[in-house]
Amino acid sequence: MTDLLSKFDSIRAEYAFLKGTGLSDPFGVVMEQVLSPTRAIIGGRETILVGTYNYMGMTFDPDVIAAGKAAMDSFGAGSTGSRVLNGTFATHIGVEQALKDFYGTASAIVFSTGYQANLGMVSTLAGKDDVILLDADSHASIYDGCKLGTAEVVRFRHNDIADLEKRLKRVPEGKGKLVILEGVYSMLGDVAPLRELVAVAKAADAMVMVDEAHAMGFFGPNGRGVYEEQGLEDQVDFVVGTFSKSVGTVGGFAVSNHPHFEILRLVCNPYRFTASLPPVVAASAEASIRRLMGATAKRERLWAASRALHASLQGAGFRMATDRPESAIIAVLMPSQEACVRMWSALLDEGIYCNLSRPPATPKGIYLLRCSLSSEHSLADVAEITRRFVAARARVTAEAA
Amino acid sequence: MALSRDAVLARLFELIQPFNAKAIPLAEGTRFADDLEFDSLTVMDLVANMEDEWDINVPLNMLPDLETVGQVADAIVKLKAGA
Repeated sequence: MTDLLSKFDSIRAEYAFLKGTGLSDPFGVVMEQVLSPTRAIIGGRETILVGTYNYMGMTFDPDVIAAGKAAMDSFGAGSTGSRVLNGTFATHIGVEQALKDFYGTASAIVFSTGYQANLGMVSTLAGKDDVILLDADSHASIYDGCKLGTAEVVRFRHNDIADLEKRLKRVPEGKGKLVILEGVYSMLGDVAPLRELVAVAKAADAMVMVDEAHAMGFFGPNGRGVYEEQGLEDQVDFVVGTFSKSVGTVGGFAVSNHPHFEILRLVCNPYRFTASLPPVVAASAEASIRRLMGATAKRERLWAASRALHASLQGAGFRMATDRPESAIIAVLMPSQEACVRMWSALLDEGIYCNLSRPPATPKGIYLLRCSLSSEHSLADVAEITRRFVAARARVTAEAA
Repeated sequence: MALSRDAVLARLFELIQPFNAKAIPLAEGTRFADDLEFDSLTVMDLVANMEDEWDINVPLNMLPDLETVGQVADAIVKLKAGA
């Protein structure tokens, strides 16, 4: 008998080695208690959370919690099935209406996670005679959507306008084309030059989908994302997003003004063959989305914290993944996997939870300590985070000596 | 214009060389995963360079079927003829 799990032996060995070093396990962090959007108890110690994507700090918003509790009381704990087969709840209609209001679109379709939103949109929009052109640094959910679908898949170099143009020109005449972009790329936290990329796509008669998962709430006049900030609302055909970041719950969605967008509900497997969001989640997402409209003070605090952390870490001598703070993801470049793991572990000991990112999630050869800020991080928090980064670095250096 | 397979193969060896960290001798039958130990990110970089070299799109869907250098040469000749 071939052991089907033996193909993972090398990864298992690497992981076992990591655990044998006595460092904290980056994949084994347990939050024993969550105190607020920025604090949790990890290993019995109060820890500053700088790696949760809780950009707008909505997880403990009183309106959001109250809406969830009310929905739990009146609709029960779960939806127990698919919207298509087992019925839609009023809470699903409510959250889709909130999305239409937030994005100013004619249609909104909610999926059970952001991953499934991409899986569904990508695999269903582009069929076997179509070509998908995607950025090389696209999220795994986009790549997996490509694998699930039947379209031909071509990737272009990250954020490279000329490279996309060149590849579009190579697509044979008469093929349907879908260009897939992201507003903010979540590993380095860099913002895409969407205006130029979309112009190139439109010149080649391609349809355009933009994933704004890491931009909702704090880019563009209405917080719709980078595409709104760059003035592309009439150019982008489909916007995909998530409830698990700025909205503070879980779920995914796509919005569009396409007149026939709603047909996707009947043909998209990751929508119709899975359980819909439970009412508590749909209702709390609706409340949160409505609170995010005009959440100017939260936006300002988030940007202030993100800029301050970038400046102070850079000032403390850390190498940053972007020259400027482009988004609410502030990533520190580390020279190697080992240095990255040691520093991550020392940070956890200091009471800082950030993300350790390595290939293939990151581009080749890039090891990151990734911080994501929240509107609920104060500037005093930022100073404390930086102080602990410096302390962790000193400890790692001392251990190496 | 159709490309000669020999010319493609020769140039392909040159394009692979910068990624061939262990200096494995290259032949038609050399396998990317098993012999050269290329990971998926290395394959991506190599494919991008091939696309530029021959001005073609190599669809990602094609990659799982391309195990050896010779198979890639065949695919390039075919893609170029179809373009």
